[in-house]
Amino acid sequence: MGLLDKHLGYRAPLDGIRAVGADPSAVRFDAVLSPTEGMLDGRKVILLGTNNYLGLTFDPECIEASAAAVREWGTGTTGSRFANGTFSGHTALENALARFYGRKHAMVFTTGYQANLGGISALVGRGDHLILDADSHASIYDAAKLSGAEVIRFRHNDPDDLAKRLRRLGDAPGGRLIVVEGIYSMIGDVAPLKEFAAVKREMGGYLLVDEAHSMGVLGEKGRGLAEAAGVEADVDFIVGTFSKSLGAVGGFLVSDEDNFDLLRIVSRPYMFTASLPPAVIASTLKALQRLEDDRDLRVRLSANADRLYEGLRALGFVVGPHASPITAVVMPDQATAVMMWNALLQNGVYLNLAVPPATPDNQALLRSSVSAAHTPAQIDEVLAVFERLGQEFGLLKHSLRASA
Amino acid sequence: MVELATDLTVREIARAAETVLGRNVQVTPETDIARDLAVDSLALMNIVMELEDRFDLSIPLDRLATVQTVGDLSELINKLRMKA
Repeated sequence: MGLLDKHLGYRAPLDGIRAVGADPSAVRFDAVLSPTEGMLDGRKVILLGTNNYLGLTFDPECIEASAAAVREWGTGTTGSRFANGTFSGHTALENALARFYGRKHAMVFTTGYQANLGGISALVGRGDHLILDADSHASIYDAAKLSGAEVIRFRHNDPDDLAKRLRRLGDAPGGRLIVVEGIYSMIGDVAPLKEFAAVKREMGGYLLVDEAHSMGVLGEKGRGLAEAAGVEADVDFIVGTFSKSLGAVGGFLVSDEDNFDLLRIVSRPYMFTASLPPAVIASTLKALQRLEDDRDLRVRLSANADRLYEGLRALGFVVGPHASPITAVVMPDQATAVMMWNALLQNGVYLNLAVPPATPDNQALLRSSVSAAHTPAQIDEVLAVFERLGQEFGLLKHSLRASA
Repeated sequence: MVELATDLTVREIARAAETVLGRNVQVTPETDIARDLAVDSLALMNIVMELEDRFDLSIPLDRLATVQTVGDLSELINKLRMKA
């Protein structure tokens, strides 16, 4: 018996998906031409599932900043901040993030996953209570395990359910940390943060919001859902990522909490990993500036999100509760989802196949994310492909549009 | 008396599992949750959430690490109820 035999339960489903066509876990691009186009098997495809919300991956200023940094500072830090020291870029980015959020402190992690893992596991520990939205990202669940805290889940986006579960904890000793996300990554639904903040005010505890998918997307200044909902004062910790709207890789935690500097020596996922390379830090710093300076990016993103969401809905596809840069099309079953995903790819549209257990309610989803860099013509092209294939697969029984 | 409480808890576990899984569920204390009920970690968390509401009780997820059978889960719930 091999060590990996315990995973054999995944063999048949994975082979089943691979047998239909391309392997969604191993799509190989020959080239990436822009934030919205890539080359696949010699054909151009529209990138509609890359979380590149502001389309900054090819921003000339970001590229220049990155190139200058790699020349000046080299390709990597080759170690952790603790062991190999902090480069000036790390401090500059942390200062810029703290200022952007109007907070005293910020720390940068090597990935967004590690920002949750390292932030949450250092904020709560044995004897504390960690209260999570049921649909939390894997990084939050993994942080819960690493923390050793008592973990309670509440029903997704349900402030009354949160209140009920906090009430049940009564006056049990230990700190309380409530964790929610701004925009949920699978179907793009937004947390009722105003109501969550009210529960927190009434019942006590700390509130952490993961703005991974909402930074640069929501809020007048682009700070995310806490800003958009007008409850920044109630949010004690904000986690975010550089790998979506800021077009690179990495994550961060910001707060006004005293003794924040201690996190740098108690957070294992921060301490025992190499820090971000200078080129990534430099492009992220520039991208943050672009996010702050260019409100048009958010206006275009929002217009594209509406165009895709409303277009799909009008065609008769089942989509999420409201428009957002993430739109998930609900498929009747996994087999149809896999066939449709392959057909979309064959017809020049790349998006994400999302199947259980990564999806809420065991749904099979075609998950898309739009960018400010998409043109209206690209969105229309995507819609035309969806319409054609939707008819082919018999998915458009209730189309609101007159079929051609 | 203790046996009665256990029977009742096992029955509630079956009903919670039925609510979450949307199918008929037959269990005994010896039923292996993952193997016999084909319940993955996510479904188990949902069943636990349902049980929290049925018993008006907090069942921290970190306590599930040692739960393999319905009997283990029932024992954990009864222990937590005595503490509450």
